[in-house]
Amino acid sequence: MPIELAGAVNHSQYKLVMSNYTEDELAKDLENQEYKFGFTTDIESDKAPKGLNEDIIRFISAKKEEPKWLLENRLEAFALWKMMTEPDWAHVKYTKPDFQDITYYSAPKQSKKYESWEDVDPEMKETMKKLGISMEEQKRLTGTNIAVDFVMDSVSVATSFKSTLKELGIIFCSFSEAVQDYPELVRKYMGSVVPTSDNFYAALNSAVFTDGSFCYIPKGVRCPMELSTYFRINEGGTGQFERTLVVADEGSYVSYLEGCTAPQRDENQLHAAVVELVAMDNAEIKYSTVQNWYPGDKNGLGGIFNFVTKRGICGTNSKISWTQVETGSAVTWKYPSCILKGDNSIGEFYSVAVTNNYQQADTGTKMIHLGKNTKSTIISKGISAGKSHNSYRGLVQIHKNAANARNFSQCDSLLMTDECGAHTFPYIECKNSSAKIEHEATTSKIGEDQIFYCLQRGISEEKAIGLIVNGYCKEVLNQLPMEFAVEAQKLLTISLEGSVG
Amino acid sequence: MAEVAKNNINFKSDLQVTSVNVSENEKQKALDVLQNTTLPTTRVEAWKYTRVAKLGKIDFVNEKATISDISNYVIDDTKCSFVFINGHFSKGNSSQEIPAGVTITLLSEINAPLSKSSLTIEDEVFNAMNTAHLTGGLKIDITSNALVEIPIQIIHILKGDSTISNFKTIVNAGKSSQADLIQGFFSESGESNFCNSTSEINVAENAVLRIDKIQYESEKSFHISTEQVKQDKNSNFRINTFTLNGGLVRNNLNIDVNGQNCETHLNGAYLLKNKQHVDNHSVVDHKVANCESHELYKGVIDDRSTAVFNGKVFVRPNAQKINAFQSNGNLLLSDSATINSKPELEIYADDVKCSHGSTTGQLDEEAIFYLRARGLSERSARHLMVSAFIGDVLDKITNANIKTYTRRLLNDRFGWEF
Repeated sequence: MPIELAGAVNHSQYKLVMSNYTEDELAKDLENQEYKFGFTTDIESDKAPKGLNEDIIRFISAKKEEPKWLLENRLEAFALWKMMTEPDWAHVKYTKPDFQDITYYSAPKQSKKYESWEDVDPEMKETMKKLGISMEEQKRLTGTNIAVDFVMDSVSVATSFKSTLKELGIIFCSFSEAVQDYPELVRKYMGSVVPTSDNFYAALNSAVFTDGSFCYIPKGVRCPMELSTYFRINEGGTGQFERTLVVADEGSYVSYLEGCTAPQRDENQLHAAVVELVAMDNAEIKYSTVQNWYPGDKNGLGGIFNFVTKRGICGTNSKISWTQVETGSAVTWKYPSCILKGDNSIGEFYSVAVTNNYQQADTGTKMIHLGKNTKSTIISKGISAGKSHNSYRGLVQIHKNAANARNFSQCDSLLMTDECGAHTFPYIECKNSSAKIEHEATTSKIGEDQIFYCLQRGISEEKAIGLIVNGYCKEVLNQLPMEFAVEAQKLLTISLEGSVG
Repeated sequence: MAEVAKNNINFKSDLQVTSVNVSENEKQKALDVLQNTTLPTTRVEAWKYTRVAKLGKIDFVNEKATISDISNYVIDDTKCSFVFINGHFSKGNSSQEIPAGVTITLLSEINAPLSKSSLTIEDEVFNAMNTAHLTGGLKIDITSNALVEIPIQIIHILKGDSTISNFKTIVNAGKSSQADLIQGFFSESGESNFCNSTSEINVAENAVLRIDKIQYESEKSFHISTEQVKQDKNSNFRINTFTLNGGLVRNNLNIDVNGQNCETHLNGAYLLKNKQHVDNHSVVDHKVANCESHELYKGVIDDRSTAVFNGKVFVRPNAQKINAFQSNGNLLLSDSATINSKPELEIYADDVKCSHGSTTGQLDEEAIFYLRARGLSERSARHLMVSAFIGDVLDKITNANIKTYTRRLLNDRFGWEF
């Protein structure tokens, strides 16, 4: 069954009523598509001066009332960062951001912590409503399993379901709270998967991160609800540097959701997040992302630079599964990875990346097989439209001791116009003779025969394209938690759209 | 010229023993590159998996040498066979019955400077070295409409320690011509010898050119070869590369498809053991519409050897209706063996069908069991499986003599009967 055009129907401005809608027209519509969530909320910000130096880092650290070790970590990271150069191997072109022209700290001015949802600033509520992630609805649906840690400009302002989680011993809070309340946990695991020296952006993040989410699932606990965070960049000219740390202790399970939207800005904004996942023995983490930051207008002006480092480490018999739907950002540089350290561990990566207009995405995964009988699956679906470029870049590395390692990779690209590009750069490195690795990639456009088949059966071209794109992405969308799948569909609709549902 | 550049290749003596006339301009450009560029390190993406620093530690020489019996190196008993020893033409060993429609000239016998090279010299140390210190080679011109009936065979043999040979083959296949070329690279004796070979190949309209290339140097030798191919419209180019021996082998195949309706076939087999290192790089650049390319590379990697495959397909903007397929299969026979495979696609046009696949695995134990249950020894069962695996590529050879010769080499080296 094709998924119905849920998103398109909801947003009437995208609903096209032309009867003989052709692919050319679709392409034109895609180009004219304006970012739907472009607006700016007027909340006074408590901003640090622009620029990056040790003082700014001390300022951030002091603002957050951080312990000394964390400040030292930050300064160390900053020292490392200064020696690093920005990576330029990705298949993307952009003007490198001026790191001295960025505000590294910006928090909504209210210092008061909210006791309950009712206390939250009504304007902020409105913002969330526009984002289509209405907390009102969340509230109405209380008990339907979504706990949201809402991050607005670096500071977490609303956290729900906390007490329910607390009963189970699950810690789900903002990163700064975790630093205050659970410093030993944070200290132990922070940087254990993505070390400070890992790469340019990870070092930058380690030096200047302002907030993020922290999650700890104790031994043997199965988290009863999907944990969810919405990140959003609100203040113009601010960089967002969040830090997410998810620790699943032995035998636990957690499904973590992350979704993003950002208001329209002409100035390029930088986003350099670090996500670390630790899955201990027999644990399972499912990490889903829907990313829909401002991609720039149809002339390629503005948009977010999304340079993210995401990585998880697996203990024995554990599993980490990354699912991502990437529709936004002007430039994406993102490789959610798994280090399969424990024997019998499993890594999965499911991705749909959609680029339109002048968007550029270089995304993929790394599967590092260290333990015996480790398994990894990579399903990557790229869709390029407009004048965009979409690259898959992945690494499958089988180390010497990873006996019986197994990998399956499939990377498909769909081209919507003749001006866009789809590229595949898989790296396969194998040092063990009992490993089995399969990789396949295809690049094509929607077949005329497929469209013809649909037309013949009375399905309009517009719907046919929607049907085919949906089917094409289904393998990945199916991996999303149900609550999220709807939103993911919406985002696909918005970015590739007019008719493609 | 005792020292060329730091971390670069050293020559013990001046290598101007050749009389090949490379234009001053090009030679100077190449020398400048050598002067200013060091050997590539693994930080350079194109050399990520192959270390060539060893080459910088050898003081290379080039001397003429003779070999009395070359019968072992004769792949095909064609009447048109050119033998080079250390890059120098060995007249006594060659049989120069040149078929009709073909002109073959030794580069050393061309008085006028060579026409402009199609090789990229900037940042390409080995191409620059080949240009600046060209030892010898030959130029093959095939006239339009010529149907060359016998294959043209070029045999290159290295002899002596630390010998370097900068060898070049130029092929101009005229319009609507059809020809077969055999290239064989061998090593008679000596350690740390190095064959740096380049080929400049132009395939004109409607022409068909097939090349079978066998690399069988020693485990102590180095081989780097670059093929720069240009295809004009309606042409058909095929190259089969068999790398059966060699310490460090690197093949660069650069195919520019400049005309419509072209067909390109790249096939390769590499069988490695001990500490061999074989690196196959290919770039197929589809600049215009309505072409197809097929690439099939298969390898068997044993002991502590390392194989690298990097195939790249470009489809340029507006090059619509391109069918490009790339396939790489690897069989690992030992836990110390390594394979690094990197099939890449860069597509800038939408109406295309492009795909690549890469697999790495081992012999299927159940299939071995099946064969053993039918009375085959473990050894023969494995040989049968390996031969079936690599047979896909061997089947691409159309010339029976080459097939027989390749099988013989495989039997000599691996004891595998194919």
